[in-house]
Parts: sequence; C-alpha cells; structure tokens
Amino acid sequence: MYGFEMMSFNIKDGFLEGVVRSHRTGMLTVADYNNLSQCETLEDIKLNLTSTDYGPYLVNEASPIYTATIVDRCTQKLVNDWNYMRTQADENLAMFMDYCTYGHMIDNVVLIVTGTLHERDVQELLDKCHPLGMFDSIATLAVAQNMRELYRLVLVDTPLAPYFSENLTHEDLDEMNIEIMRNTLYKAYLDDFAAFCQKLGSTTAEIMGDMLAFETDRRALNITLNSIGTELTRDDRKKLYSNFGLLYPHGHNELAMAEDFDQIRSAMEKVPAYSGIFSKLGYGESQMLDKLLYEEEVKKCVDCYEQQFHYGVFYAYMKLREQEIRNIMWVSECVAQDQKGRIADGIVYLF
Amino acid sequence: MSPYFWSALGVALAVGMSILGAAWGIFITGSSLVGAAIRVPRITSKNLISVIFCEAVAIYGVIVAIILQTKIERVDPVDGVYDKYALASGYSIFGSGVTCGFANLVCGMCVGIVGSSCALSDAQNSTLFVKILVVEIFGSALGLFGVIIGIIMSGGVKWSAA
Repeated sequence: MYGFEMMSFNIKDGFLEGVVRSHRTGMLTVADYNNLSQCETLEDIKLNLTSTDYGPYLVNEASPIYTATIVDRCTQKLVNDWNYMRTQADENLAMFMDYCTYGHMIDNVVLIVTGTLHERDVQELLDKCHPLGMFDSIATLAVAQNMRELYRLVLVDTPLAPYFSENLTHEDLDEMNIEIMRNTLYKAYLDDFAAFCQKLGSTTAEIMGDMLAFETDRRALNITLNSIGTELTRDDRKKLYSNFGLLYPHGHNELAMAEDFDQIRSAMEKVPAYSGIFSKLGYGESQMLDKLLYEEEVKKCVDCYEQQFHYGVFYAYMKLREQEIRNIMWVSECVAQDQKGRIADGIVYLF
Repeated sequence: MSPYFWSALGVALAVGMSILGAAWGIFITGSSLVGAAIRVPRITSKNLISVIFCEAVAIYGVIVAIILQTKIERVDPVDGVYDKYALASGYSIFGSGVTCGFANLVCGMCVGIVGSSCALSDAQNSTLFVKILVVEIFGSALGLFGVIIGIIMSGGVKWSAA
C-alpha cells in the first residue's frame, strides 16, 4: 500500500535509517568550504578537516601530505560507514545497498581490463579501484585474454554475470569496444536496479525511480556528447540507452539522431525537467554542463531526505559523500597548485 | 451467546489492542531514536517523551479494562435464556472495549511514527523538537477520546431489572 510502509519500515530498517540520517548531519556545509578555501597549504586543509567528521581518518597522517592521501582517507571513511550499515542491513536493504555499489564494480572491471590491455601492473590497478566496488576474484581479471575467458573465469560468479550475456559476442578488446562494454553493462545494471526498486514498491519505488531516471538520462546525454564525430552508428548509440527514464522512448530517438551540441540541446529541452539546466548554458557552450548536472544530482539527493521510511536515503548518502570527496579534491588541488581563484568554479555546495 | 462471552471479549480487546498499539509505537520510535542517537547523543533524554506518550496509551487500555471488568456481575439464565438487561450489558461492555482498543491501537501507531520523525529532526535541528511534540500531543488525544467514549458506554450497564 502506498504510504503505509511507515508502519512496518522500522521493524527492519529503522535503526539504519537513523544512522544514515545522522551521517548527513556531518557533511560539510558552506561555512566549512569557506574555511577550506582560505587555507594556504595542504597542511592547513588537513587541520581544518580534522575538526569535521573526517577527523579520525586524517589526524594521524604524517606530513608531507598529498591530495591523493586526503582523498584516499576520505574515501576510506565512506567505505567504513557504508560497510557498517551494510553488515547490519536486513534482507531487502542489503540487496538494495549492493545494487548501489554495482556501478563501481563495473567501473573497476573496466579499469582492470583496460589496464591489462596496456600492460600495467595488476597491483597498481587494484590500488586504483574504487573500494566500494571490490569483489573477491577481481585480481584474476588480469589473467583473462579475451571476453569469453573473462566471463567464464571471473565474472560468472559475480553479481555482474547477468549483465554480460549480450557481450559474449565481442572478441576483441580495443579501446572503443571497452567503452561500449562499459556502457552496455551500465545500461543493463540500471534497468535491473530500476526493476528491483519498482518491486520494492511504494515510496522507495517512487523516489528511486526519479533518481535513477535522472541518472540514466544523464548517461544518455554523456554517451551522445562523447560519440559525436566518432564511428559509433546511430543504432549502436540507441542500444546504449536504458529502457526507462524521462527520455524514453521519444527523447532517445531524437538523441540518437543528434550530430552536434545544439541538436542535443533541442532534444533535451523538450523534457521540462531538463530545460531548466540547459537554459543556464549559453548557445554552443558545453563546459559548464558537467557542473550543472552534478548540481542537479545533489539537489535530487538532498530532496530525497525530505521523506522518511524509504531506501533512497542510502543511495543519496553515497552520492552526496562522493560529491563531497570530489569537492575536497578540487579544493586541495587548487590550494596545492596555488590557484585559489578557481575554487568556486568547481565546488558543488551540498547544503 | 452468553453476555459473559461478549463482556470478556470486550475487556480482552480493550487491554490487548491498546498494548498492541503502544508496543507498535514504541518500536517505531525506539529504533529511529537509537540509530540517530549514535552521533547526536543529546537527543536521547528529550525524545524519551515520545516513548512515554506511547506508554500512556497502554495505561489507558489497562485502566479501561479494569473499569470494565468491575462492571461484570453474576446473573443466572432463566430456562437457558439471559435476561434482556444482561444481554444489553454484555453488548455494551463489548462495544466499550472495542472502541477503546481500536482508538488506542491507532493512537499508539500515530504517536510512534511522529515520534520517529521527531527524533530524526531533533538530531538535525534542535529547535524542531518542541514543535513536533505539539503534533504528538494532538495524536495522543485520540486515545483519550476512545477511553472517554468507552467509559460512557459502559457507565449505564445494569445486569438485572432490580
């Protein structure tokens, strides 16, 4: 029943909802970002961050400190918080939280396969993988010589197995096909995630449906932008778009036809939700698009905290933390390279 | 059916459903409160008020059940048929118990859900606590309505013509 899950939600998930909402309290605010922007060195940044929630993770770092270390420690906090909640999660929530991490898993798989193709060291690649997307046999990805082996040896035991079925025909692993593989996997993953959320029903289905629709439309937009001028055919492009979202199906038809930014723009502006984003860009401009899309995502994530008794808060928490880590990385890089004037360009304020 | 069946059932429903509602409300509030209090321990003492409101619902149920059961008297059936006064008394005690029980059931759930939201909002912003408490007070008035009607209904029971 829509609206009646509030009577039974807390039986299994009340405690963890309280935990994730209190993590939201600890996210950096505008005042914190202002303090960070006024730092002169990375040491100052570390000092400022120790008084926030990231304190216990950064306080023991020896100087000299690098941007990569700061980002690493902050990601470690996200991973620890996530695992704390995941280990205590009950049936449905546990599956939901796993679904949230499959995106990172796909990115990790693609990273290792690409790295192996370029003859990089496996250990170095494993260090670069996102910790939320690790699975047990990930190191053996480096051994596989082609797609069939990859699937048969490693991926069939992972949760990603059902997403690979269409890819078994791809034999070669050159650059272009890796990106197509990534996007095909992501499409299957998003379709699956959306179906799972609809099955959960009521508030979760509504809120996650909205957020996943934005995610899939954003990916469709990026795929289109990146494939203008490449040899990706229109049909291939269309196959990479998901089967849900605000752009499905008519917007996808138009996007598949688009050949330059203005055509993309006219296709997207037909959807009222996205016309607001595009009205902020001047004609022909596409650099600001990334930041605007991030801002829209953050706004949606913050809005989903308005309602209680649904799983969307967990997904939103992961997205908001990642945005926060991106912000910290941007500020640290600007400070390290002495370009403090550009700090405001790259930060997306969460609250 | 015997009026004693109805009156006993009324007493049972009065206390049973009230306590079901109170327990429901307490677990809804309690789980959110514990989760939020990990990071913001100051909310624990104030938010126990929500738990107390839910508990009050259970107490209403117990009070009404005690009152109802004191109204049950012994009468003997004549030729297997109970006097009409006895039948009417049985029904009114049953109705009173059901009224009180259902009212407290939903009141307990209501206070519990609002209490959960109260704990989570208090953790974010402590000025919200008192405002949401007002909502809870209105919610707990619902249980009182059930108790009042229940007592009125059972006030006029007479088991025999005397």
